[in-house]
Amino acid sequence: MATEGTPGTASIDLSSGTGRLVVAGDWTLPYYASLHAHMRICCNQVSDHTAVDFTGLGALDTAGASLLADLLGPARVARLAAGTGLAAERAALLQTVGSALAAYCKPARPRRSKGLEDFLARIGAGVESFGKQTLLLLGFVGIVFEALGRNFWRPKHWRVTSLVSHVEQTGLNALPIVALLSFMVGAVVAFLGATVLADFGATIYTVDLVGYAFLREFGVILTAILLAGRTASAFTAQIGSMKAREEIDAIRTLGLDPVELLVLPRVLALLVSLPLLTFIAMMAGVVGGAVVCYATLGITPTMFINLFHEDIHVRQFLVGIAKAPFFAFLIAVIGCMEGFKVAGSAQSVGEHTTSAVVQSIFVVILFDAIAALFYTGMGW
Amino acid sequence: MNAREPIVEVRDLTNRFGEQAVHEHLDLTVYRGEILGVVGGSGTGKSVLLRSIVGLRRPSEGAVRVFGQDLLALPPEQRSQLERRFGVLFQDGALFSSMTVAENIALPLIEHAGLTREDATRLATVKLALVGLSMDTAGKYPASLSGGMTKRAALARALALDPEVLFLDEPTAGLDPISAAAFDQLLLTLRNALGFTVFLVTHDLDTLYTTCDRVAVLSQKRVLVADTLEKVAATDDPWIRDYFHGPRGRAARSSLSI
Repeated sequence: MATEGTPGTASIDLSSGTGRLVVAGDWTLPYYASLHAHMRICCNQVSDHTAVDFTGLGALDTAGASLLADLLGPARVARLAAGTGLAAERAALLQTVGSALAAYCKPARPRRSKGLEDFLARIGAGVESFGKQTLLLLGFVGIVFEALGRNFWRPKHWRVTSLVSHVEQTGLNALPIVALLSFMVGAVVAFLGATVLADFGATIYTVDLVGYAFLREFGVILTAILLAGRTASAFTAQIGSMKAREEIDAIRTLGLDPVELLVLPRVLALLVSLPLLTFIAMMAGVVGGAVVCYATLGITPTMFINLFHEDIHVRQFLVGIAKAPFFAFLIAVIGCMEGFKVAGSAQSVGEHTTSAVVQSIFVVILFDAIAALFYTGMGW
Repeated sequence: MNAREPIVEVRDLTNRFGEQAVHEHLDLTVYRGEILGVVGGSGTGKSVLLRSIVGLRRPSEGAVRVFGQDLLALPPEQRSQLERRFGVLFQDGALFSSMTVAENIALPLIEHAGLTREDATRLATVKLALVGLSMDTAGKYPASLSGGMTKRAALARALALDPEVLFLDEPTAGLDPISAAAFDQLLLTLRNALGFTVFLVTHDLDTLYTTCDRVAVLSQKRVLVADTLEKVAATDDPWIRDYFHGPRGRAARSSLSI
């Protein structure tokens, strides 16, 4: 088979009355295109009664056999008898391909797209799926609360090991990146403040800027966005691949509750780790600001702390950290829910992981905006 | 066909996972044109052997030569050339889940045989018809196929390039008896017509009795015996005796002699 072959040909020999189809050369995959061309030339002249001469036939594979079957008609090939110069095993191959093709019918062509109509349909489908998505999220939140309420009074059902392991994965392991990122953003905010406030001769207020920004907003929102990218995706991928491999179904058939087993530990773990990380992020951001204040404005750390102490009330901290548990809950719930929506393929795991990250970042920012409005209204 | 030209040569192969050795000093030869059945208890490393041969696993020790070449030592381009002459059917099908069944089969045809998309799709449907899948399967995604259909679609993909060696990892597991029998027949027809070589890992005694020219028994970390079925069945080894002369073995043999 690996030996060099001669390209296959098909020609009509008209010397003998009704005509004779001469099949020669190698009818194999490498010559598919040229064979196809030969076939198209001959196919008009081949009738049910044309004799076929296979004596010159070299190699034959399924690709060649399918072309021959096309040329002669599947039914004819399937009942090709011996005496055509065809070896028995080749006749068997032709027959197999022929009978397989006899059941062949063209698959339905996909519908051609129509510009505007399709565009509107896409928008409609998008809106519909957004509505469904929101309903699903609310439903899932309900399920989580229900499971929480059911298991709260039953310490035997608490998955402490799982909880601690998730706190480690989502909290402790994320600590370096959260701290580093906040430190750098704190430094950037201080630089901005120093530059802008210098025009008013009020560079001293850089301390207030950094303090307000990090305690109220940046600490919690930076942490939440980082964890939305880091943890929501991990939750979706973990639960999603379990779903794809029918592990979730196995949990159900063992009479266990996947929400209790998989979702609650993750949600509770994030409820523990996100506020803690938020606190770290606030501190790291303020330290970043302090370093820049010292380096560019000459505000010593002692002075920085004094100013901080005077100007910034504990309320700023409380207002900021109060958002953390809500963000934590939303991120964890969205991550887990997207995991459960995975349908048995690797592609689907990828799609839902993306969707989990996008949704949780969107929800975090939306919720933060609502909180800002609320706090302003309350005069906090 | 009886030139006894070796296609796959495994010499002194040792595979270790950490401390645990799966194969130790394993030797095996697969000759051109034969259907070699590989049997062995669960965990005797049948799939690991297959993975070592097709170059997915670097052996801990020993050499594997396919078509006289060491796959892992070849430069990428030549290795790819050689791999085109393989067809591999994985245990769980391993169809690409982001493509339809027809696209799965058309992929090697477009990439390696240089066919146009139409020709490739046309040929893909032929392969599907060969393995007994109807045309409406062609447009489906692997996620919506049943286990048996997945297996057959995966076989169609393995056959796409009309390979010279076909590696099959438990092809009939999960098929109903009728499909399994049809599969055996298909394998024989194609082998007789195309003259390819088959390395068949199986638990299915019926497949073993109907299709295989030789049987290799994996046991005690090596190939205990590799010979014709009669000779293997007559080997004096407790596992082989239980395997071939147990209730299922007897049933499969008697059904063949009828």
